[in-house]
Amino acid sequence: MVRFFGILIGLFFAGMMVYSFGRGAVEYISNPPVKAVEYQFHEEPKDVSFKSDGPFGKFDNQQLQRGFQVYKEVCAACHGIRLVAFRNLAELGYSEDEVKAIAANWPIETPDIDPNTGEASTRPSIPADKFPKPFANNVAAAAANNNAIPPDLSLITKAREGGAPYVYSLLSGYTDAPAELPEANRPGTGLHYNPYFANLNLAMAPPITGDDQVTYSDGTKATVSQMAQDVSAFLIWTAEPSLIKQKQTGWAVLAFLLIATILAFLSYKSIWADVKAEKKKKEA
Amino acid sequence: MSFPWAQQYKPATEFGQWMDDRLPIGRLVYNSLGAGYPTPRNLNYMWNFGSLAGVFLVVQIVTGIILAMHYAANADIAFDSVEHIMRDVNSGWMIRYAHANGASFFFIAIYLHIGRGLYYGSYKAPREMIWLLGVVIYLLAMATAFMGYVLPWGQMSFWGAKVITGLFEAIPLVGKPIQELLLGGFAPDNAALNRFFSLHYLLPFVIAGVIIMHIWALHIPGSSNPTGVSVKGKQDTVPFHPFYTAKDGWFVGLALIFFTAMMFFMPNALGHADNYIPANPLSTPAHIVPEWYFWPWYAILRAFTFDFLFVPAKLLGVLAMFSAILVWFFLPWLDRSPVRSGDYRPRFKKFFWFGLIPCIAILGYCGGAPAEEPFVMLSQLATAYYFAHFLIVLPLLSRIEKPEPLPNSITEAVTGKPLQQAS
Amino acid sequence: MASVDTAVEPNDSAVSEPEIGGVRRRDFINIAAVSFGGVGVVATVFPLVNQMNPSADVLALSSIEVDISAIERGQAIKTSWRKQPIFIRNLTAPEIEAANKVDVSGLRDPETLAERTQAGKENWLITLGVCTHLGCVPLGAAQGEVKGEFGGYFCPCHGSHYDTAGRTRKGPAPTNLEVPEYSFLTDTVVKIG
Repeated sequence: MVRFFGILIGLFFAGMMVYSFGRGAVEYISNPPVKAVEYQFHEEPKDVSFKSDGPFGKFDNQQLQRGFQVYKEVCAACHGIRLVAFRNLAELGYSEDEVKAIAANWPIETPDIDPNTGEASTRPSIPADKFPKPFANNVAAAAANNNAIPPDLSLITKAREGGAPYVYSLLSGYTDAPAELPEANRPGTGLHYNPYFANLNLAMAPPITGDDQVTYSDGTKATVSQMAQDVSAFLIWTAEPSLIKQKQTGWAVLAFLLIATILAFLSYKSIWADVKAEKKKKEA
Repeated sequence: MSFPWAQQYKPATEFGQWMDDRLPIGRLVYNSLGAGYPTPRNLNYMWNFGSLAGVFLVVQIVTGIILAMHYAANADIAFDSVEHIMRDVNSGWMIRYAHANGASFFFIAIYLHIGRGLYYGSYKAPREMIWLLGVVIYLLAMATAFMGYVLPWGQMSFWGAKVITGLFEAIPLVGKPIQELLLGGFAPDNAALNRFFSLHYLLPFVIAGVIIMHIWALHIPGSSNPTGVSVKGKQDTVPFHPFYTAKDGWFVGLALIFFTAMMFFMPNALGHADNYIPANPLSTPAHIVPEWYFWPWYAILRAFTFDFLFVPAKLLGVLAMFSAILVWFFLPWLDRSPVRSGDYRPRFKKFFWFGLIPCIAILGYCGGAPAEEPFVMLSQLATAYYFAHFLIVLPLLSRIEKPEPLPNSITEAVTGKPLQQAS
Repeated sequence: MASVDTAVEPNDSAVSEPEIGGVRRRDFINIAAVSFGGVGVVATVFPLVNQMNPSADVLALSSIEVDISAIERGQAIKTSWRKQPIFIRNLTAPEIEAANKVDVSGLRDPETLAERTQAGKENWLITLGVCTHLGCVPLGAAQGEVKGEFGGYFCPCHGSHYDTAGRTRKGPAPTNLEVPEYSFLTDTVVKIG
């Protein structure tokens, strides 16, 4: 009974599928799908490496500080890093006093309530505060930015396919739209052509416009590529502050597990030796 | 329990004896996972994945209880509370990544365990009940994993919840009310998140309960083995402890090496970038797919693109997807070949390795790919074979196939010598 | 996990003829493997328990700066530190006198007012507002609240009375109100923690 109905159901589903496949195949041949324009002009992220890459990678605090400077001077007006606290900057090598000063002098203040009137107000940040958001809410963000909401950057290198190389490519990849780009795909008003962006046109104007846009205190030449790379490195850190600790812990755990597993394997071998010996004896 | 030559539990201490007379829990462990459980001596490494899945279930329960200490099941702060775990809680990142990757490893173990059962005919008499309980465990695990993926309340969480509950909408007449009942609203929000959290916490313990029944049922006939030949005597078995505890032990170590390599060095490799964007009910991610362990089923769902008579394609896809798993419940009665092990079934072996396995691989690949050609056509072919395999090939094969000669006993298969008097 | 002391009982007498030396080496490897597993489990338990300790954001809030310029003599404010109430009290001269008159040796928790305040700032009594008995918040900081029999604080939960130096004088409280670590950054700003 089960088999009888089984075969009927099986024939039904399999038949449906073969029929659908046939229709699909005819459609595919008679009317082959065209690749969307976005695909033709879209480019994969540039091949760029970071010091934190790979199983032995480490953050370069100098670079992260430079990246923080770029973030502060170029990005922070529109993009928040709301999940990061000022105190976290100590991990980049800033002293306690420096962190305090950065928090207190941050151009956007932390929302608070007036202790006397209870009305909404702001106060200078302290290290325990998270970085204040540049816009109070999404509506305010959209209103101030031509209806495009600047994404928060805390997790951006984890929240985009392609990670930090994508961020780097996007920042350093603005070009003029190619001549052969169809009219429909050309950047409209308020949009900017960037082949690394999924639909080619994004609302963000090129943020890093030219060399020496920021002045690095450590003497590094601030080229466009350098700044883009530094801020991408900084954003790797904001997305995964424990990245290096993860790798270090990982090596310790792997080393331990390797030894433990070898011991367990030897133990297994010795426990089974008798049974295997019996097998050999019988074969002989 | 089952074999007369099983070693008897003898409490080593006076206290042990006292306990044994009152609450024989030591005896229970001894008889189920200890020296009192005679196990076929010829099990290969495919028999390691059941215990491995158990280990990963424990990993999930332990890390999950810990995450629940810090997680907040509220749509406004769920996402931030996960980031709080990642950034501020001591070793929080480790525990979260262990939980996220542990789910994948649990399913890897489960799939290999199921695959073992499919190939070696572990579902056949007298082990049908073990198999049925196993399918129940798998269904519960899928529900648990799905609801767990919703909890971080990222973009994939939100849209996953919306799409999966949308499956129920396909049911005629009552679909829409059922979806609203499941979500507690018109779209996923606080109500859905909270109930998913509650059930995500509960179901693993239900799974653990069904696993106890699964093992209980296993101990009635005892473990199957690669030859499929039943145990004939003491010489065919070894005590589970220390022989298989040692084998499981080192194999768990090996699996943990792969697991920790994943969780410490590429913890997000199996996740989706979009889930690091907080849930946004107004914008769907460009490419929305479930976690990899659901891909084959997802491919079957998407393979149905045409209405059939009065049945819409959407409903057909949902029916097919559920049937694809439900068909396993009937497997013991679909495959009537008296030979259990695929090793001795020349034709079954070919259908298994060149039909079923590639078919599931294709379905898995297409399920993770965008809903474009040629992936849809490929998944249609693979879906056709999938149903044909279980519902047509297996029932017919068990009639026409001529199996190879079986060894007389496990011992004979191991030593290559016919059974003499047991030494 | 395999336990070592469950002897490896050969299931079959015919095969149990291992060399004498071999047995020891084998036992050793089993013991080593199980010990390693045990160490691994213990090492794993540490982070699993340690996660319950205060997280980084909780610790980051562990010092606060309070402006005390508005507190008049005889007044007190209640502020919060580590999610616990802090009493900052500007003692009047009679209160200081009352506190100093007490014979310290007869107290349950002998401490002088000078020991509980900072030199030159004896009028500033800064204590946790947490009764040392079972953690309720004593009354007496806000205006109009009962100050107890000794003019300091009174805990209504189980009737502990504290004097003007925040010392336990009557009732079940075993010790004086705790004085947190603090320092005056300026004359009007005090940093607690």
